Amino acid sequence: MDTFVLLTITGLALGAMYFLIASGLSLIYGLMGVLNFAHGAFITVGTYATWYSETKLGAIGSSPLRFLVAAAIGLAAGAVLGALVEIVLIRPLYLRHIEQALVTVGLSFVLIALVEAIWGPTERIYPTPKWMYETTTILGAQIPNDRFVEIAAAAGVLLALLGFLRYTRYGLIIRAGVENRAMVTALGIDVKKAFTLVFAIGGVAAALAGVLAGVYYGSVDPTQGTSLLIFAFIVTVIGGLGSLTGAAAAAVVVGLVQQYANYYASSGTGDLAVVLLLALTLLVRPGGLAPKVAH
Amino acid sequence: MRRALGILVAVAVFGLLALVPKISIGTHGVFSSELNSPGTLQLLGLMLVFGGVALTYDLLFGFTGLLSFGHALYFAVGVYLTAIATTRWDWSLGQALGFTALVGILLPLVLGAVSLRVAGIAFAMVTLAFAEAGSILVDKNPHGWTGGEEGVPVAYQKLPEAFVGVLNTKNLYWLALGYLAVVFVLVNWAVDSSPGRVWQAIRENERRVEVLGLQPFRFKLMAFVLSAFLATAGGVVYVLLIGGATPQVTTPSFTLALLLMVVIGGTGTRWGAVLGGAVYTFLDNRLLDWSDSERIQDLPNVLSTPLSEPLFVLGTLFILLVYFLPGGLAGLARLRPRRSGVALLDEPVATVEAELERV
Repeated sequence: MDTFVLLTITGLALGAMYFLIASGLSLIYGLMGVLNFAHGAFITVGTYATWYSETKLGAIGSSPLRFLVAAAIGLAAGAVLGALVEIVLIRPLYLRHIEQALVTVGLSFVLIALVEAIWGPTERIYPTPKWMYETTTILGAQIPNDRFVEIAAAAGVLLALLGFLRYTRYGLIIRAGVENRAMVTALGIDVKKAFTLVFAIGGVAAALAGVLAGVYYGSVDPTQGTSLLIFAFIVTVIGGLGSLTGAAAAAVVVGLVQQYANYYASSGTGDLAVVLLLALTLLVRPGGLAPKVAH
Repeated sequence: MRRALGILVAVAVFGLLALVPKISIGTHGVFSSELNSPGTLQLLGLMLVFGGVALTYDLLFGFTGLLSFGHALYFAVGVYLTAIATTRWDWSLGQALGFTALVGILLPLVLGAVSLRVAGIAFAMVTLAFAEAGSILVDKNPHGWTGGEEGVPVAYQKLPEAFVGVLNTKNLYWLALGYLAVVFVLVNWAVDSSPGRVWQAIRENERRVEVLGLQPFRFKLMAFVLSAFLATAGGVVYVLLIGGATPQVTTPSFTLALLLMVVIGGTGTRWGAVLGGAVYTFLDNRLLDWSDSERIQDLPNVLSTPLSEPLFVLGTLFILLVYFLPGGLAGLARLRPRRSGVALLDEPVATVEAELERV
């Protein structure tokens, strides 16, 4: 029983990180039709920005506070990078989806190579407040505290994004744009600002996923983002491109299936099971779980 | 007339390439040693192999318009099965190759039939997922066959003597050249055949092909299996050239590298894809050596650090090409623009229409 509880909560934590990455991917694809391969690099940059600033922030004595400040810098780096990528690289290729995807592929190579050139290809120990590794007992299972942080962060982001889309003017434009971009443009609304905004949001969410992944794995290396990205892609497609709630549901399913299969079958089976799940979903419901609506 | 000229040029180029192992001249740092030294010949061989593999990917992406993210899987089948069958199962080379060829046809037939039920981004994702499954499988090292991180060597005792030893690198080079020549001829023949014209029509306008009464699914599957099989053959030549299989060839990054090669060379062109594959491989291997040279090391850190990463340079080159030279390297050689207007856009469809009327 306690193993099952541990597996379930760990699976949810893993799903939480997938969701954070997939939410940005899904919004960007839904609104702009761009599959953003550079998203993995957003994760990596967010993680490394946090790690690097933590090492430079010796002036702050308390370690949890130092970590929070460093994480805030990491998230800001993700937002700035996301917005810059949209303005500098994506915008000139407006509506040329294949070229846009190609540029993000090139960018993912460039950014990861850059991180590797500066900080080397080897793993770095991630700075984590001690509290995160301490355990809490739930139903007899010893659960590391960081799992709760990951789940809470993803739930918070999901609620914030849904609220933003539901109750703000920009949210309305994004929702309308996902539904029918041509119509929104025809009504004289400037969709381009919304493009930059979704890239910035995607950048923050991906950086947050990166920070949490650093905590979850205890270390960070330049290719970590890319391996997370593959599963986030799978989550995005299973959930239905453009749907946030779909991505959330798919993230929970994928995280749990992966954990259960890896434990009850054998290590590595979980990853294969997820791939199989994707193939099955696409064959039965080519559009994914949820239709393309951003709410 | 133009066709005859094209054949003449191709024969001349391949003839010249065949003479390379006989030419002993210095390379002034372009390569690490003389032109016909084993080290240089091995790199040249790799360039030829990847030129061929890039062309097989172009058949899929450039000519049929199928954006697959799983082409690495079929290359890896050739690489891994040859190594596993000779080393782990103790089969003879002939048996290993026969089995690899069989898998090289059946696997893309099954996986292609499944993935082609969806189109566009969904197709890209399913192919990516299948390739990722292959990558995970290699990583899991079932029965100790794939060797996990370390990979599997090819049992050199099973190879013909002509392919063993450093001094025989020239034979492997000729093998690689032969592979490229075969792929080049086959792809040329295929895209000019009737199914080939349907592929190009599908790329331009799949709906119209359907309206003409043809079934795009069958033609797409045909292109998928042909290009996957030729990629498997490329994997076999690669593993003989390198001497063993390593998990890098199964990764999604490798498929993305193939995409980079084709776009750098020029999508939907024959020489372009080959050139792109060769140039990419060359830079990927040589940039690292050049970055150790004094000229680069003397630059300030801001420049020398990124320049020491081949993928940084290749990625930047790639992004610049997408913006400024959408036709790739092949676009440089083209004097007149390829598609000058809307009328030309559906040209492949019109060709198929005309052909159907004749029948």
